[in-house]
Amino acid sequence: MPKETVQLDRVIIRFAGDSGDGMQLTGDRFTAETATFGNDLSTLPDFPAEIRAPAGTLPGVSAFQLHFADHDIMTPGDAPNVLVAMNPAALKANLKDLPRGGDLIVNTDEFTSRNLTKVGYSDNPIEDGSLDSYNVHPIALTSLTVESLKDFNLTKKEAERAKNMFALGLLSWLYGRPFEGTERFLHEKFERKPEILKANLTALHAGWNYGETTEDFSVRYEVKPAPLADGTYRNISGNLALSYGLVAAGQQTGLPIYLGSYPITPASDILHELSKHKKFGVRTFQAEDEIAGIGAALGASYGGSLGITTTSGPGVALKSEAIGLAVALELPLIVVDVQRGGPSTGLPTKTEQADLLQAMFGRNGEAPVPIIAPQSPSDCFDAALEAARIATTYRTPVFLLSDGYLANGSEPWQVPNVADLPDLTVTFTTENNWTNEDGTTEFMPFARDPETLARPWAIPGTPGLEHRIGGIEKADITGHISYDPDNHDKMVRLRQAKIDGIAKTIPDLEVDDPSGEAKVLVIGWGSTFGPIGAACRLVRDSGEHIAQAHLRHLNPFPANTGEVLKRYDRVIVPEMNLGQLAMLLRAKYLVDAISYNQVRGMPFKSQELESAIKDVIANV
Amino acid sequence: MSDTAVPVQLKAKDFKSDQEVRWCPGCGDYAILAAVQSFLPELGIPKENICFVSGIGCSSRFPYYLTTYGMHSIHGRAPAIATGLATSRQDLSVWVVTGDGDALSIGGNHLIHALRRNVNLKILLFNNRIYGLTKGQYSPTSEVGKVTKSTPMGSLDYPFNPLSLALGAEATFVARTIDSDRKHLTEVLRAAASHEGSALVEIYQNCNIFNDGAFDLLKDADSRDDEVIRLVDGEPIVFGAEGQHAVVRNAHGGLKIVPTASVDASEIVVHDAHSSDTATAFALTRLSDPETLHHTPIGVLRHVERPSYDRLMGDQMSAAQSNGPGNLQSLLTGSDTWTIT
Ligand code: SF4
Repeated sequence: MPKETVQLDRVIIRFAGDSGDGMQLTGDRFTAETATFGNDLSTLPDFPAEIRAPAGTLPGVSAFQLHFADHDIMTPGDAPNVLVAMNPAALKANLKDLPRGGDLIVNTDEFTSRNLTKVGYSDNPIEDGSLDSYNVHPIALTSLTVESLKDFNLTKKEAERAKNMFALGLLSWLYGRPFEGTERFLHEKFERKPEILKANLTALHAGWNYGETTEDFSVRYEVKPAPLADGTYRNISGNLALSYGLVAAGQQTGLPIYLGSYPITPASDILHELSKHKKFGVRTFQAEDEIAGIGAALGASYGGSLGITTTSGPGVALKSEAIGLAVALELPLIVVDVQRGGPSTGLPTKTEQADLLQAMFGRNGEAPVPIIAPQSPSDCFDAALEAARIATTYRTPVFLLSDGYLANGSEPWQVPNVADLPDLTVTFTTENNWTNEDGTTEFMPFARDPETLARPWAIPGTPGLEHRIGGIEKADITGHISYDPDNHDKMVRLRQAKIDGIAKTIPDLEVDDPSGEAKVLVIGWGSTFGPIGAACRLVRDSGEHIAQAHLRHLNPFPANTGEVLKRYDRVIVPEMNLGQLAMLLRAKYLVDAISYNQVRGMPFKSQELESAIKDVIANV
Repeated sequence: MSDTAVPVQLKAKDFKSDQEVRWCPGCGDYAILAAVQSFLPELGIPKENICFVSGIGCSSRFPYYLTTYGMHSIHGRAPAIATGLATSRQDLSVWVVTGDGDALSIGGNHLIHALRRNVNLKILLFNNRIYGLTKGQYSPTSEVGKVTKSTPMGSLDYPFNPLSLALGAEATFVARTIDSDRKHLTEVLRAAASHEGSALVEIYQNCNIFNDGAFDLLKDADSRDDEVIRLVDGEPIVFGAEGQHAVVRNAHGGLKIVPTASVDASEIVVHDAHSSDTATAFALTRLSDPETLHHTPIGVLRHVERPSYDRLMGDQMSAAQSNGPGNLQSLLTGSDTWTIT
């Protein structure tokens, strides 16, 4: 008899297990299935910095949360409705987030007295009644998997390893996910290991069949596809979208891309991805250190490539001097900082947005650098193109501030039509750009474009325009070494004016205030867009008014920013730092901005933000 | 990028920029600059295709005094910056000018990695065994016990032998020359320029302000013949006014210096810069006294072929593009899509 199907508008599932249990893979695959099904979705991978912390311990727990819905959603969800706990450590680390009444799927095979003791359980929580307020599904995932594979020529360990596919099969059944994509994926992954491939496929099907036959699940759930705008969609993570944005930047500018990079979490995936795209004229250079990474990128920019370096906060610290050099040389360069918890090594796999002031000020001297921050995983694509536009138009290094949450999180992305991408064609200077009084012409490396104040980009190999550049102060126009006080004052101001002038080409800051009656504005930047947006919905759903604005350009700010801020009685600035944007807004616009801060390595929960916003509204 | 035909034969003066040269009068850098300016026309490369990249230090002002493309960068990083330029522009002739502090202290990491990768760079390391621009502190090539402003009781650091270091870093071309020996300097530049890959040329350079006479032992007419071992590829290694000193193998696999007359001619080591084995080249670098430079070999110690990083990178790019350029639309679309209509 077919089981009853219950309609839901949204579900939040968290897969949690040991680092070695393949939870990230399970989450990725479930996400891909969900994307193919047509739900809106948002994901939050959460894994330890250690590659394999001791098995079964709390530090070794790796989790993946997925929020999917039949309507558009903005966050990976505050708390899961369903928790899959592959061992006692995963249960212990995650149970506090599961609301009472939530579904809890546990792998009973792992709840041995040894594993329980490891994480401080004196009794087995599955049996001692402590989980009574949850909807517990105790399943012997490991032994069921091994049983389903008994005819295979596999060691017990190899068979056990397929338990994540069993779990995926079960969850796929529970939520009616198509798993052909996963089958294709397994075929590719285990192309050369046919026995392992068959085992994984078998475990996947066994999980599905188990759902269909077991008494334990009496209902299945259905979350209908979301009514997204017409178009072709794919699921995409921030690091992938950013990589594609950089490839596209090469195509749209007509410049070869040159990535100089040193591996660092959570930015390395961009290096991995770009190294696959030599077909698009993308060169990647894994340098000996962070400094060499940016050095090579800058050298390539000098030669007429679009130089890019990718890193995280500690790497930015090492690159600071070279960024200053790029400011002085006035050459295009993109510095991608996928922010993580700091200071120092901090929390390599956790998110934070505390590098804003480092990007803004972290150099000697007056060294202004434009800053752009994407607001969602897929937005990393557009932000990369915008960074390329500014870098090449203004001959300047540009910061692209992503973060760990955007980098690893994913969402559906409406695949853009390449024909609609902005034309960023760059032309090098190939002729003298200066006419002397006597009518003769010359090349002046620091004669500026009157509109953008950019200096000419004349690359080596261009006959007649040979010139020397360097980090030592240069005379206006001629570019000769100059120690003249007035010249230095002028050059410092010119470089600043050039960056300030970018504001003329960026869109005004838009405010979302559906009722038009809001007295409080909440303004954020970067990856907090989703949680802030979700919080504003909650505030409005409860009948109150709130205006939301989100900054994509942090240096310079959009031209109307001050005017927007002054329109509201109160301005609240939620940030995953201790108030860095708030400091900039206060300094520049003299607004009494209220900071709301968390530095927990995790994105904001929208309900917490909702109450913070309501507190401010109540006090207006 | 331009495929310019070789223009009219350039002269040394074509490479002299209009900038006033600001080294101290008497500095060894002048001689090196003059030698380079005279040598560059020989390359037969249009000057727009030549680029000099330097770091920080007295020597690093070099690019300003040439009429080629040039970048005066930041301390120690010239090899990294030049790597980006050379590997993205195989059409250029890229030169790095650096000093003992720039290349061996703050920038040591970039130097060794450029050498092991064999990036197509000609690296001119001006070694004056002192910090000049910061006014006279000891450098990583200064002799132990050097009394300077920062070491009033004498320096404690044991010096690098730059050529031993370069050989250890898998350099394919390693040479040494002296600022005052224009002919030898030019010969070494010529050999370096002909090499595909990284060429490290150490140039002993006198800083007459802070370390005057550092190389007098190797320069003075009455000592140089007995102190400098001039290496000539394919020739037995003998030196001295009468060829009275010879280099032979010692019992420990290294080299030693003996009176030529005391050994059979067949025992004298024949210099082979092209040997794939670095052992003899390394042993040659160890002949000189790290403190006094007594018995210093000059010339090309090693010159072997290994594909340059630039070429290998270029080959990968061509291989990847052999079936035409990438299609951005299909990249962005990927294989797992769904359509909403
Ligand atoms: S300080 Fe020494 S190395 Fe520097 S310019 Fe003067 S003499 Fe030359």
